[in-house]
Amino acid sequence: MSLSEPITVNVGPQHPSTHGVFRLRVTFDGELIVDLEPVFGYLHRGSEKLAEERTYTQVITLTDRLDYVSSMINNQAYVLACEKLSEVQVPERGSYLRTIAAELQRIASHLVATGFLLNDLGALATPLMYCFREREKILDLFEMLCGARITVSYMRVGGVFQDAPEDFWPAFKTFLEEMPYYIDEYEQFLVGNEILLMRLKGGNTVSKEQALNASITGPVLRSTGFSWDLRKVDPYEIYDRFDFDIPVGEQGDNFDRFYIRLQEMRESLRILNQCFKQIAPGPVRANVPYLYRPPAGDAYGRVESPKGELGFYLVSDGGIAPYRCKIRSPSLLNLSAIKEMLVGWKLADMIVTLGSIDINMGEVDR
Amino acid sequence: MLTYLTGESLAQRIEVACPDAVKGWKRSDLWIAPESVLDVSKYLSTAPGMKFDLLNSISAVDYIDHFEIVYHLTSTSENLSIVFKAKVYGRDNPALPSVISIWQGADFQEREIWDLMGVTFQGHPNLKRIMLWDGYEGHPLRRDYLEPPR
Repeated sequence: MSLSEPITVNVGPQHPSTHGVFRLRVTFDGELIVDLEPVFGYLHRGSEKLAEERTYTQVITLTDRLDYVSSMINNQAYVLACEKLSEVQVPERGSYLRTIAAELQRIASHLVATGFLLNDLGALATPLMYCFREREKILDLFEMLCGARITVSYMRVGGVFQDAPEDFWPAFKTFLEEMPYYIDEYEQFLVGNEILLMRLKGGNTVSKEQALNASITGPVLRSTGFSWDLRKVDPYEIYDRFDFDIPVGEQGDNFDRFYIRLQEMRESLRILNQCFKQIAPGPVRANVPYLYRPPAGDAYGRVESPKGELGFYLVSDGGIAPYRCKIRSPSLLNLSAIKEMLVGWKLADMIVTLGSIDINMGEVDR
Repeated sequence: MLTYLTGESLAQRIEVACPDAVKGWKRSDLWIAPESVLDVSKYLSTAPGMKFDLLNSISAVDYIDHFEIVYHLTSTSENLSIVFKAKVYGRDNPALPSVISIWQGADFQEREIWDLMGVTFQGHPNLKRIMLWDGYEGHPLRRDYLEPPR
């Protein structure tokens, strides 16, 4: 029985908590959510169609613009799919540089997720700026690697675009030494904060079975207590050489989704430290022609992006452009169970849940 | 560590339950009849020793004379990964059964394929445009799609 007359409200497409242009058509009974439907497509640029008219190397620039806070990992997923098409061998140093870039990007993306979640919670701007302080250092490192900060296009089929310059390594070392203290600082300020705990604990849970059935991956799946990370279960690149753990949550609530990201930053730092010790001089790029023509066939390359499983399904007809480039976007599929997570909760919980799932509209709409 | 099943070994497993479904295989790929997609999916998601619980992705490819719908599946309990494909013929109203009753994750992906590729999924409860707006004409990811003159 409803308490009052149900009212349907459009939240978005310009609502600040949607982190882009995303609309939720929500039916409220008073303040309670009784029905909800997500509406996508406001940022649809047709990346898959555009990829069909560009050469394999040019498509790398399109992948930067999918999830624009984790461009390096998008590049990596795409070039891994290309390499599966023609079985290119990547030189060791190239693989290490890719791993370094990808793990730095994972930290940057988790910092953005944490900062914006707190922004949504009402801690306006201050925690966000603390998180952006460290992200800035990562972006500076990217600038040294490839000259760009956001739309990096650093990776190429067969390796990376260029070797890291001499002054990259001291800056990278300083970052590795400083970052653990900053993560401790976040943990002290955030996880020890009673207001934050009361706000996040126990709300909008999702179970393991529900998450798997809805194709949910990444931190949202791991928050249910299920250890599933493609870096461990299906190691790509050189991830089988590193010693790292997969943090898992307990009950799949907002707090677990938030806390897992803080822990994952520590694990990424462990991988980066091992990379720093193991990396040896050598070539960074296999001899792949600029006009790359893989043999006809198809391949599905996937990586563990900060949001979940990011996959590229490429079909080649032997030409210079992909015949079909399908993008399996984790942000879109992580929203599959949004209705189950939100119905029965209040409007304010919706804002928090959208923040803790960490969607990126560039990737949802593609 | 995940194991990738070859098309041949998967075909042997499927033929036990759905004898007429398998159309052929080549290396890691397996082709099944489009009308048996739902039965095969039901079997794959429940059969002991497989239990494919994670639907990684559904992709559609336009090969002009037919559409190929590609399913990537993972079993998190048995650590298996498979691919199966279905060829759908006809350009006017290509259709195959929806698997949304088995995997909820198929919802947005099937809607997206219908929106951009124009392949109907029978039994989908909410098959409407997802990326483009209602009233849009045509399906832009088809190879023969031409942008309307402005």
